[in-house]
Amino acid sequence: MGEFKVHRVRFFGYMPSGIRCMSFNERAERLALGRLDGTLEIFNFKDSFYQEKVIPGNDSRSVEAVCWVAERLFTAGLNGEITEYDLENLCPKYSLDAFGGPIWTVACNAQGTHLAVGCEDGSIKLFEILPEKIRFERNLDRQKGRVLSLSWHESGTRIAAGMLDMIRIFDVQSGHATHRMLVDRGVSGMRNHECVVWCVAFLSDLTVISTDSSGKVQVWNAAMGILSSTHLVSKSDVLSLAVSKDESSFVVGTSEGTVVQFQFLANILGGDEKAWVRTKTFKPHTHDVRALAEIGTAVVSGGLDTQLVVRPLLDKVDIMSYDNVLHKIHFPHRSLVSCAQKAGMLLFQFPAQLEVWRLGESEGRGEFCLGTREKWIPFQGEDHISCSAISPCGGWLAYSTVSSLRVYRLQCDEHVSISKVPKLPKVLRSAHQLSFSDDSSKLFAASTHSMVHVISLSQSECKHLHTFKPKSGSTEPVHLLAASKDGKWLAAANRGCEIHIYNLHKLKPHCTVPIYGSCPTAMGIHPTSNNLLMVHADRQIFEYSIVEKQYTDWSRRVQREGLHKLWLERDTPVTHVTFNPRNAAQFMLHDTYMFCIIDQSLPLPDNKCQFYNQITLKSLSEQERLSHAHAFKMCTKYQHLLFLGLLDDESLVVVQRPLTDIASQLPAPVRLKKFAT
Amino acid sequence: MVASAEVRVARCGGSRINFIEPIITLDSRFLLCASGDAVHVYSTSTEERVHVLQGHVDLVTGLRLNSSNHLQVYSCSLDGTVKLWDFTDGILIKTYIVGHKIFSLYVSKFHEGTVFIILPMESSANTEAFQLVALHLPKTTGPEVEARDILSVLRDVSPIPKATSFGRGGEFVASASGLQLSVYFFRKQKTYRFSLKANDKKGARNRFTCVASHPNDDCIATGHEDGKIRLWRNFSQKKEYTYSTEHWHHSAVNALHFTPEGTELLSGGVESVLVLWRYGAGSKKDFVPRLGSAIEHISVSPDGSLYCTSHKDNKIVVMKSSRDISAIIQGLVKGETIRTDLLIDPRTKALVCNGKPGHLQFFSLRHDKQLYNLDIVQQEYIHEAGLHQCEVTKAAIDAQGSWLATVEERQENPEELDIILKLWAYDESTQSFHLNTSISMAHEGQISAMCFSGDAEATMLVTTGRDGHFKAWLLADHPDAQGEGASWSCDYVGSYHRREPTRCCFSADGSLLAVGFGEVVTVWSPSTWELLVTFSQPPGDIRDLCFGRLSCSKYLLGTTTKNLLCCWNLLTCSLEWSSTVDVILLQPDPLSENMAAFSRASGSTDLFVFKPSEPRPLFSQKAVCSGTVRRAVFAPREEVLEGCDESTQWLSCSRLYFLTEHMELMTFSTKSEEDQIIASSKQLVIDDSVAVTPFYLLLGKHRKSQRETQDSVSSHTAARIQLPQGSPAIRELLHTPAHVLPSASFLCNMFVNSLLISKSGVR
Repeated sequence: MGEFKVHRVRFFGYMPSGIRCMSFNERAERLALGRLDGTLEIFNFKDSFYQEKVIPGNDSRSVEAVCWVAERLFTAGLNGEITEYDLENLCPKYSLDAFGGPIWTVACNAQGTHLAVGCEDGSIKLFEILPEKIRFERNLDRQKGRVLSLSWHESGTRIAAGMLDMIRIFDVQSGHATHRMLVDRGVSGMRNHECVVWCVAFLSDLTVISTDSSGKVQVWNAAMGILSSTHLVSKSDVLSLAVSKDESSFVVGTSEGTVVQFQFLANILGGDEKAWVRTKTFKPHTHDVRALAEIGTAVVSGGLDTQLVVRPLLDKVDIMSYDNVLHKIHFPHRSLVSCAQKAGMLLFQFPAQLEVWRLGESEGRGEFCLGTREKWIPFQGEDHISCSAISPCGGWLAYSTVSSLRVYRLQCDEHVSISKVPKLPKVLRSAHQLSFSDDSSKLFAASTHSMVHVISLSQSECKHLHTFKPKSGSTEPVHLLAASKDGKWLAAANRGCEIHIYNLHKLKPHCTVPIYGSCPTAMGIHPTSNNLLMVHADRQIFEYSIVEKQYTDWSRRVQREGLHKLWLERDTPVTHVTFNPRNAAQFMLHDTYMFCIIDQSLPLPDNKCQFYNQITLKSLSEQERLSHAHAFKMCTKYQHLLFLGLLDDESLVVVQRPLTDIASQLPAPVRLKKFAT
Repeated sequence: MVASAEVRVARCGGSRINFIEPIITLDSRFLLCASGDAVHVYSTSTEERVHVLQGHVDLVTGLRLNSSNHLQVYSCSLDGTVKLWDFTDGILIKTYIVGHKIFSLYVSKFHEGTVFIILPMESSANTEAFQLVALHLPKTTGPEVEARDILSVLRDVSPIPKATSFGRGGEFVASASGLQLSVYFFRKQKTYRFSLKANDKKGARNRFTCVASHPNDDCIATGHEDGKIRLWRNFSQKKEYTYSTEHWHHSAVNALHFTPEGTELLSGGVESVLVLWRYGAGSKKDFVPRLGSAIEHISVSPDGSLYCTSHKDNKIVVMKSSRDISAIIQGLVKGETIRTDLLIDPRTKALVCNGKPGHLQFFSLRHDKQLYNLDIVQQEYIHEAGLHQCEVTKAAIDAQGSWLATVEERQENPEELDIILKLWAYDESTQSFHLNTSISMAHEGQISAMCFSGDAEATMLVTTGRDGHFKAWLLADHPDAQGEGASWSCDYVGSYHRREPTRCCFSADGSLLAVGFGEVVTVWSPSTWELLVTFSQPPGDIRDLCFGRLSCSKYLLGTTTKNLLCCWNLLTCSLEWSSTVDVILLQPDPLSENMAAFSRASGSTDLFVFKPSEPRPLFSQKAVCSGTVRRAVFAPREEVLEGCDESTQWLSCSRLYFLTEHMELMTFSTKSEEDQIIASSKQLVIDDSVAVTPFYLLLGKHRKSQRETQDSVSSHTAARIQLPQGSPAIRELLHTPAHVLPSASFLCNMFVNSLLISKSGVR
């Protein structure tokens, strides 16, 4: 296998942002997630929980509530605007000021015709949803006190609104409040604090469920306007609520990090008399659970501790499979690190800044590597960075936001000096993905409508050479770019699972890889054979010969024999592919918890054999070792990997971000009394 | 000599009353609990034992009220019978013979004529498997009925009674065993099984310990080893069942019980705290703390007014639903081992032995009741595994019962040994023992034996220690200690060739002291401390020593570790006789010449009773119990037993009690004695067909009074003026609290009326 010198990098201070809100689109099986820094993320639950799209945030825009209307996505925030997003270009489409102060909540009726927003000034505004935009229709009766939560009745004729100390039921037709239900302020010490109704849910049988800041979950009869039951769930706030589609259960999330499930159960088996009973308690988080969604077979929760947890409800699951186990998503499914292999430099991408680091000398295998932070590029402007790249030679640097793209020239000697490239071609307005060619002479920028611009870089000027357009006419954004070492080929993968290969010499589209149903998460072109290696979100591996325009024999063998079960059940997607320059048959993959070297010359493991066999192999003799060896060599020594790549001096760069480091930067959690402490 | 068929080894009092959960009668007046072979009926308000229902010949394992007649109770026993009792009169009504060992009994209100019992599975060779069966009770008359009509309900259940529970209206039965909960629905005849994982990442131990069912809702509460309580719902679904978890107990939940209305769930465990969970209100709970010892069982009276907890130290606490403790019924406290000898307190005739940790208990064998606890160690007891506690290891009482000597020991490691010898004087005014002298490190090593001299004038205590000395202690006045009175001090320290003394014994008159040093017995005169004579019978060390009594006081008996029982004549100073028996315990009867010797033989213990003057045993019985007998005592009877033949003569003035390896207190009883008891309990026979209802009782009383008046008519001369105290009106007047009585003007009429002699009486 060979030995590598390892640069073990822990100086990337990546800090994800806390989760603020989420909304699940059942038809598309996609979850939209809003973070505290305004980033929107869309996860595809059909495709192994792959983080499909990321819309970078903006300093002036906060996301307080997110709402799907069919395939359209709306958010509202404390800047008082409702925003609709362009999911193909990953940018806001338009924003509309509601003129009611900060907006706390947005809700769409079941028919998909109206949006209701709750504002700081106590008004509830109805917006009509038109095909291309939304239009203000009217206000419901304005009340005193902010509106923090809204829920439509299934019929669309009533709205429940959670306010301070009370819940109001509005008749949509007349706009008048029909009921006013006062919420108890809780224990005596909290009497003079207002009770904030964080969430309400209007069920079809005219039951309203509310959660509030005094730790109560209350079930109300909205037909009569009376309280039917109270459950004290927490000593602090109950922040989130999600009702299952069949309305037989709901979950609430507390600021202690627990998620409590309630079920609508018959007192007597088979009887008609039912009651809401508190059943299970999970503790998926350490901090506030700010967002919850019940997706039928699982509970999705997110909170201030930045992780997204998909917890299966085992009683709803028929067969245990990959989709029905606990998932925790800590890291983005795209690379925030780019590496200049020749210069030994790393570029770290933060939401509002970039950092360039030069690697020091690694002492030996597995030692922590010291680096020097060479440049810190604070970014002017409100939009956050969507992508960035550094050229292999370390001479060029490019990044893009939603609105602009910039290229810098780096001068590497004793210190790194940086100068902005002044004149860029006009086509370069923004990019979804950036990549440099191996000889650093070209910059590839994936732009709107799946287009890829090719820019030639030289000391004197930047010139737009060509724009590739996919033949399929797809408009999905490109998220992966891979250029071959010899500079002849460029592969571009878009979110529509298409992979197009372009010939850079002829500046013509070469071919399209047959479409596989799962989104590619990492790809690379082999430096010698020019085979394109792709790893998909469902962890299938394909190898496509660009020259022959067909899958290679090895790829066919993989598909025929199938991959090992344990490989297919790995939790996180593969985010990077590297080829071993010393051995053409070997390539390296990594996900968050391991990296593995796959040797194409060795037989594939079948489901019967031991998958993690390194320790077994060590104990065997030389001859036996050969007979037991298989293609997958796993290494789990390095955990929480953000990046793993090979430098040109054949040393390995491992960028780690331990979860404990992230946890230590979070604010202190709500203090809980623990037994025997 | 063949063991007499007339003498039987019987359980006497002091059995475990916390073995199964006690039950409270419908009117909350009585509490029934199993105690060994018998069922005891206690009054819930006065703690007094009202009846003892005797009839089973093995451990009673189940007790349930008859659901169709609340004045009757079913009991089941390992002897394979189910018995129906009338507990108000203490009468056995019926016996159903099942023929298998019965481990538990359940009664469901909705299964008339059927009881549910847990039996071992017959088919499988595995004796550990048990099944829950429905036993149809035949309606035939007669006191003894064969009941063979059984129907299997659930297989592979736990034999522990509290692991099975009948649900709402007898619709289902839930039973937990190991990690599995099984629910059987009678109507659908379908079983659902739910399993838990043995443990998870967080270290939960999910083994079930107990089960309780909600009386009105379909909800099952289960207790677990790690202290969790799970409330199961929707359990008629194979997959969509659900449970919520509550956690307060830090170790296993021992008992769970719902109140009859289902508003509260009671739970208890080793924490000695009764927890009252509000049903349906999440984790809201109340506590009844400081109940003294780990809770083993919980029961609730059918009207919900009384809660009752059984504790590990053989105690039953009855409390009102207002959580005031109304009664404590304390049985004989038995720990893992009893390190002191069994003693008889000469004043109260009570058995004295180790009780609660660091205490001596005084237990009345006659009333089967604890008299009091004497705190010897006088330190706070801290319950913690692995903590070295101070233990009372030796105790002795002098012949008059005025002095008590105790030894307490605490050993953390072999080098550090704490020994305190304490002497307690009996105080007439407070009727209890008071600490007189406390001597720390009375010996350098452990104290191996201790005895008081029988001399009434000058009481002397002799202790032998592992340090090679024996010491004599005398009560002496110290002139310098003012107002303190007399205290004990060392009078003489003796040793013999640096051997280690093991046993010591005073003759009955206190004139001789025998001390066993290894294989040598030395006899000393306590007045002069002169070594009088030595006996030795090598090989074999002396295991037990004792002097003969009364006419046999010239003999000294000793047993050696090499299976020899020797009898020396002190007048001739020679060996009178010896016999090769492996005697482990010699016990003289203080009221006669008899000696009891327990000998070990192939896993069980044999008993010989003999007189030292003649080597032929008076009585012998092979295999009185399995295992070895470590402690035994003769307790004098209250009255001499009449009508004893030769073989039972030794039982006429004292009873022999012994403790088996399993800490059961056993005794020997004669046939005639048992007959007397049975005769006394069979005074009343009730017609089985008539249920005992308040109406019946009223009617019966009315008839009785009618009969009485008829009698008085016939015997005219016997007609005397009835004293006014006898009148029910007067009795009521005197017994009713004054503040609830009606006004005096109203009562006056009634009072005068009651004084008038009725016409029928004059006639």
